Amino acid sequence: MVRLITHNLLACHVKGCDSNNFPLTFSDAEVEIRETEYNAEFLKGFFPKLEWKALVDSARQLGDVSLPETPPIDYDSNEEFLRALHHVLLEIHVQEGSMICPNCKHVYRIQSGIPNMLLAEHEVAGR
Amino acid sequence: MIPTPDLSHLTKEDYKHVYEPAEDTFILLDALEQDADYLKSLNPRLCLEIGSGSGCVLSFLGAVLGSTSALYLGTDINIRAAQATVRTGLQNKVSTSALVTSLYEGLEQRIKHQVDVLVFNPPYVPTLEGEASVAQDGRDIAGAWAGGTDGMAITDQLLKNVGGMLSPRGVFYLVAVKQNDPEGICVRMRRTQGLDGEVILKRRAGGEFLHVLRFRRSE
Ligand SMILES: C[S@@+](CC[C@H](N)C(=O)[O-])C[C@H]1O[C@@H](n2cnc3c(N)ncnc32)[C@H](O)[C@@H]1O
Ligand SMILES: [Zn+2]
Repeated sequence: MVRLITHNLLACHVKGCDSNNFPLTFSDAEVEIRETEYNAEFLKGFFPKLEWKALVDSARQLGDVSLPETPPIDYDSNEEFLRALHHVLLEIHVQEGSMICPNCKHVYRIQSGIPNMLLAEHEVAGR
Repeated sequence: MIPTPDLSHLTKEDYKHVYEPAEDTFILLDALEQDADYLKSLNPRLCLEIGSGSGCVLSFLGAVLGSTSALYLGTDINIRAAQATVRTGLQNKVSTSALVTSLYEGLEQRIKHQVDVLVFNPPYVPTLEGEASVAQDGRDIAGAWAGGTDGMAITDQLLKNVGGMLSPRGVFYLVAVKQNDPEGICVRMRRTQGLDGEVILKRRAGGEFLHVLRFRRSE
């Protein structure tokens, strides 16, 4: 279950690839929607950890346009906004497909909802 | 008492490849339970377990903190373990997420000073150095225990960056055995990461002397 909340934390880590390496671009994504319980406190608490533009762009790639370009100033009390954020972060699951680095084009596969971020030995940085 | 997560969906066949929860897992659960009030008071939003294996610990953490209160993310080099982590979450109604990766590779850039609760029950058994690297490359059950010289080959790679990952209120739990030199780990973590560490639980089980260490930022 790759959800956008996890995707928002992933960057390419191929050796030497350290700019324009985030967010990874979805390709051939098979999307599944699964409802889950809404928790406003969690959303407000997680919000500061998000890269907003990456989230909005990635949601759009998956066909969801419910998030605004910039978050509302009253983000922590705006329920309509928080509900949309809940859906985008937690209910959209990418089951199969891949994520491609916008810089070096490395392909990270997603299989049965689990991204594989392992690299071959020669691609690994800092070892 | 917080019940141990339901693992009835995992079979003998799964445990040929995925680490079956054992005494080291259970001492970690006991430590987390002992710290339940403290952990809740931190309002953690990002919980990361390295080497989540069966997913037992991550699901337990979800039971301690509330299944929707945080992101419960597990990493493992073993694909079957990552799958088990997700299945165990579903079985216990905690939506755990899993990544196949080594340590936190791929997350490094985005989780700087963001992790509120970090957990690692590492491959800690002292082995020949070569045995640990073969086990790492194998990405199967041997990778669950083979720890190289002093049993610290894998753990040391994580320890280098814990200070950089933890959020200001972040806390890190680590399982270690006597041969890993728990006191020495605490000294090193203070010096290199600026984290205060202490042994919060220890017990003998089978042939092992198990310790749970907890690290936080100095006041
Ligand atoms: C002792 S088991 C613990 C499993 C589970 N957390 C528990 O407590 O029962 C260690 C786990 O770490 C994983 N592991 C070993 N090396 C790793 C690495 N470099 N990166 C991520 N996980 C690793 C193993 O596959 C195994 O699942
Ligand atoms: Zn790249």
